[in-house]
Amino acid sequence: MLVFIIRRSLQSVVVLFAMSLLVFVGVYAIGNPIDILINPQADQIDRERAIAALGLDKPLWSQYLTFLTGALSGNLGRSFVHSTPALGLILERMPATMELALTAMLFAIVLGIPLGLWAGLKPNGIAGRMIMTGSILGFSLPTFWVGLMLIMVFSVELGWLPSNGRGPTVLLFGLVPVSFLSVEGWRHLLMPATNLALFNVALLIRLTRSGAHEALLQDYVKFARAKGLTNARIIGVHVLRNILIPVVTVIGLQFGALIAFAIVTESVFAWPGMGKLLIDSIGVLDRPVIVAYLLVIVTIFIVINLIVDVLYSALDPRVRLTELKG
Amino acid sequence: MTAKVTVTATAIRVETPLRRIVSDFCGNPVAVVGLVLLGVILLLALFAPWLSPQNPYDLAQLDVMDSRLAPGSKSPSGGTFWLGTDDQGRDMLSAILYGLRISLGVGIAATVLALVIGLATGLPAAYLGGRTETLVMRIVDIQLSFPAILIALILIAVLGQGTGKVIAALVTVQWAYYARTVRGAALVERRKEYIEAAHCLALAPARIVFRHLLPNCLPPMIVVATVQVAAAITLEATLSFLGLGLPITEPSLGLLIANGYQYLLSGKYWISFFPGIALLLTIVSINLVADQLRDVLNPRLQR
Repeated sequence: MLVFIIRRSLQSVVVLFAMSLLVFVGVYAIGNPIDILINPQADQIDRERAIAALGLDKPLWSQYLTFLTGALSGNLGRSFVHSTPALGLILERMPATMELALTAMLFAIVLGIPLGLWAGLKPNGIAGRMIMTGSILGFSLPTFWVGLMLIMVFSVELGWLPSNGRGPTVLLFGLVPVSFLSVEGWRHLLMPATNLALFNVALLIRLTRSGAHEALLQDYVKFARAKGLTNARIIGVHVLRNILIPVVTVIGLQFGALIAFAIVTESVFAWPGMGKLLIDSIGVLDRPVIVAYLLVIVTIFIVINLIVDVLYSALDPRVRLTELKG
Repeated sequence: MTAKVTVTATAIRVETPLRRIVSDFCGNPVAVVGLVLLGVILLLALFAPWLSPQNPYDLAQLDVMDSRLAPGSKSPSGGTFWLGTDDQGRDMLSAILYGLRISLGVGIAATVLALVIGLATGLPAAYLGGRTETLVMRIVDIQLSFPAILIALILIAVLGQGTGKVIAALVTVQWAYYARTVRGAALVERRKEYIEAAHCLALAPARIVFRHLLPNCLPPMIVVATVQVAAAITLEATLSFLGLGLPITEPSLGLLIANGYQYLLSGKYWISFFPGIALLLTIVSINLVADQLRDVLNPRLQR
């Protein structure tokens, strides 16, 4: 186990290094941020001074080396626009995105697994069919448009929920600002989280349904019935445990996707997370923030994949981590 | 004697693969509805200039006095805006028909290009094996471990905006799905006897791959391509909504929705609502067709 984690961590460092090079060169190959940042009326001397101050006069490899040495000590460059460390800007916005993604994941689990089980256990019932039709709709609805429609119904027409922002935050453990500890915070959180959860509700319904469908035909279920176990115990313990293996994998992997898709939801609901920061930064070519965001999100993905693999072995004793090739 | 045989043959109707697929497909009424809907949408998009009440991008036909009218309003110059008008007095119905054209065009172009690239990399990878295969599949694995929206955003950030660049981003996001699918199919086909027979005839590898292997790997590719057209259209709409997709001169459905965003809060829902419905119907109909195609073309479910 330990060997596995160490080997994977080493691989991750290589992937991160490669990503930093790719993203850095890619992002720095385009556009000239100076055109956006400096007053067009500025004279040549002012321009050159600004270029030198941002370090843009040096050759690309030298800029990358500066970036890399900084990155090793946790400095991912300063934002051109905000003049503060890029990493700090992102970390400041991260709790908002994490809270949104975690709440959405919770919604997806609480709704998706029971509905999927129901559809899997009674595939020919009316409810089962309705759940499955609903899941096709969940796949097909464009997330951003659903967000707009939620705002239209619940903010504009009914006036129940606020249409944008995060509302007042409360410090959790005196450190992390969160919304979910106050009623007003929940009112702000409810719509964005539902919007973000929608796709995953549909995904979990389909996954759980097909898992339950298959599991019911297995010998161990017949055997459990022959032993005279109650239906609740067969489904709750035997079937659910076996369905959970793929479900946990997908939940883990989808969590990364949720953080990425939060970019869209955050833009619709003006949620002050790091996805909105990325879109704003792309608009003004704030390169250090774009690069820092991408490196942070790649790191998050690597960590999530590692956790999923470890969890996988805990749930399914047949999987041995040493045999897994990272 | 011969005449009699012909009569029975026509009476039974020979079961060709195409006939089987068509009759299997029609077994599910929901899928048929999806197919009909998709056909109507394609026709509407194709004939938009002849069907729409006005040309929404001909400024001479627009009147600012008509701006932001509710659905069903009468125009002072005669005619009815069935789906309302946007902030520049454009008839939404016409704008949607033109938008459908652009959305479908971009989605289909990206899918076809990605399909070709996926085939061109995945097939040789499966056929040659060894280093080529490891290299291609490693790239595919790494790419598929990141969500499509993230890769598309990085590419747009790197490439800049424009129709060609959006298509390039969509192709880059999607080729990996095809490469992976076709490799899976080709690995199975490669071990079959007809490929062995082709080897014995000493045919050129390129000929074996593209004339013999390729046609037999196509059914799963058709399914993936159908699903991916819907995915490409959604992704393009999302990028356009974020202001990072198509330029303002190519108003796809996503751009129309984004355009109505600012008027939503004042209750003028129709500018965003109707393009969204058009987008939704397109994607749902494609997904319904794809779902049924998957069952029909799946060899494991064949009777």
